[in-house]
Amino acid sequence: MLDLNAYTCLGAALRDALERWPNETCLIEADREREKTRLTYSDFKEVALPLTRALQDAYFAPEDRAAIIMTNQSKWLISAYAIFYCGGVVVPLDYKLTALEQLQLLAHSKAKVLIVEYYLWRAMMQAPEFKKHAVKTVLVTEAPPGADLAGAFRWEDFRRKGDPAFVSRNREDVACIVYSSGTGGRPKGCVLTHEVYLEQCKALTAWYPFWPGVRYLSILPTNHAIDFMVGFLGPFVCGACVVHLRTLRPEFVRDAFVRYKITYVALVPMIVKNLEKGLRAKFAELSAPKRWVLNAMIALNKLLVGGRPNVELSRKLLPQVHAAFGGELLALITGGAFIEPSTMQFFFDLGIPVVNGYGLTEAGTALTLNDLKPFRADTVGKPLPGVELRILNPDGDGIGEVAARSKTLMSYYLDDPELTAETIVDGWLLTGDLGRFESHGHLQLFGRKKNMIVTAGGKNIYPEDIETVFDGLPVKEYCVFAANYIWPAKELGSEALVMAIRLEQNQEFTEALKEDLLARNRKLPDFKRVGGYLIWDKDFPRTASMKIKRNELAAQIGGNRERAQAVVSL
Amino acid sequence: MKTADQTLEEILGLAATHFKVPREKLSADDDFFKTLNIDSLQALDLLTRLENHFKVELPDYELQGVSDFRTLAGRIQSRL
Repeated sequence: MLDLNAYTCLGAALRDALERWPNETCLIEADREREKTRLTYSDFKEVALPLTRALQDAYFAPEDRAAIIMTNQSKWLISAYAIFYCGGVVVPLDYKLTALEQLQLLAHSKAKVLIVEYYLWRAMMQAPEFKKHAVKTVLVTEAPPGADLAGAFRWEDFRRKGDPAFVSRNREDVACIVYSSGTGGRPKGCVLTHEVYLEQCKALTAWYPFWPGVRYLSILPTNHAIDFMVGFLGPFVCGACVVHLRTLRPEFVRDAFVRYKITYVALVPMIVKNLEKGLRAKFAELSAPKRWVLNAMIALNKLLVGGRPNVELSRKLLPQVHAAFGGELLALITGGAFIEPSTMQFFFDLGIPVVNGYGLTEAGTALTLNDLKPFRADTVGKPLPGVELRILNPDGDGIGEVAARSKTLMSYYLDDPELTAETIVDGWLLTGDLGRFESHGHLQLFGRKKNMIVTAGGKNIYPEDIETVFDGLPVKEYCVFAANYIWPAKELGSEALVMAIRLEQNQEFTEALKEDLLARNRKLPDFKRVGGYLIWDKDFPRTASMKIKRNELAAQIGGNRERAQAVVSL
Repeated sequence: MKTADQTLEEILGLAATHFKVPREKLSADDDFFKTLNIDSLQALDLLTRLENHFKVELPDYELQGVSDFRTLAGRIQSRL
């Protein structure tokens, strides 16, 4: 791999990668069973430079911001490369957000350029707020012939001849602004420098190296910190290959493992669980003698492998299982949410290690990772090289808030000094997560101190962000909480949002009110919905500026009512 | 060529059969995630069933922001 110590910015490292491995394949893009694109590092350069030149000719200047809203595909990485080459700042936005949310974040980021897929652009064009967008240059990929693009350019035609000028950046300059959430209320744009990415990439590849010939299947959205790192920067600076799939349907994902002989893949816990279910169902269909043989081989694998993975041996003992994953898979990487230890153990027993870790956008990608020396299903691993972790105010069990210090921390939240000051104190990032170290230096997590939830799909949800949907609900007042914030659970999983409702005097909770609540709830994406409500009989505590004191209200409710009795499911 | 109503009716029928929900419990404006109690992966699975039935290819993005049967039917109808 490239020696990242020698670089001051991502643009320079990526540019050298394209020169170093000209004939290695860097990108494969498939749509279902059809392979659409296959590029070597040299081809990548040929496609990227005319785009870079066209951006510069359109007055895209160093430090300017360019947002990308795309599903996982080759044009995502080509566009990001062009932006870095110009010395620009990449703003990766979540393609799964609503058009309105995307427009809000675009405005907040002050992006000058937007690169977006046609179907997502079409949805944005239909939003009433579309007229207000102030992006100067919009490039739309894959637009059908004759489509109305509302003044945008076609990405495919946005090319200029002539060498673009390479713009170098310093390590402390901004590389990306990544929104950790906060679409409705308070956008949280994490400002991340080139140093963050170079250091993070160095630390991760020290434990899990890539090399030419490695094929990484990119399924997690590229706007997500994990895929941006292990599905773009990591493989590129090592000469490896990234495989993009334009569909996430399980049958095509399964095919891709085999067709492209995948080496690594990163998945959210929900998908890993789904794979486990599928395999368990397959095992259950086997005839009794075959199942007996399989179980015996799994037991033998466990015995011989012990706590440290030996993939070669496991492939020999359980050839069918490994063949189903293409036969060359080294590990499943997972993160972004809580994974059940039993799921990790299930795969480990089959000889497929699941590598989990812990991180947050505010800290680059990952703070801890399991190094499989030995495999542990009950922790999120050890701090990565260069990461210092501390447990603040530990209780009798050693559990307290996890604080982190590292070169991989964000610099600040964009345009929000107040929130930055609350989050980074004396150089330590207060994560809001509860954890403790066990005797071998592994971090164990025990839920959250902050008012938020993380879904099994890896989505961070801040209750205050979804309250706007309930604006005008005919009650005196309401407030949405993460249930675990009111009733600390000191465990992970089973997270839910609940709404505390204060009715008007003499008002009753009627069927009509419930219907209204349900109808508004339905406007939210499924993973953001409120799961239950509780009726509270006192006025909410408020600040002088009439903001609800959420922590005080949560303490009042939690101190007076049991969760099981208070919350009515919706 | 099927009418929009026929398409909608067939989608409701297929969803009821596939997810084992009585047909009369489903209606056009229902949020299918909620009524069928499914997650986004299962919704993709439903999309595959609908492709096989209607003999059209439905890219994943057709489900972006769609959660009710009527809108889904509109997306499919435009591809028939």
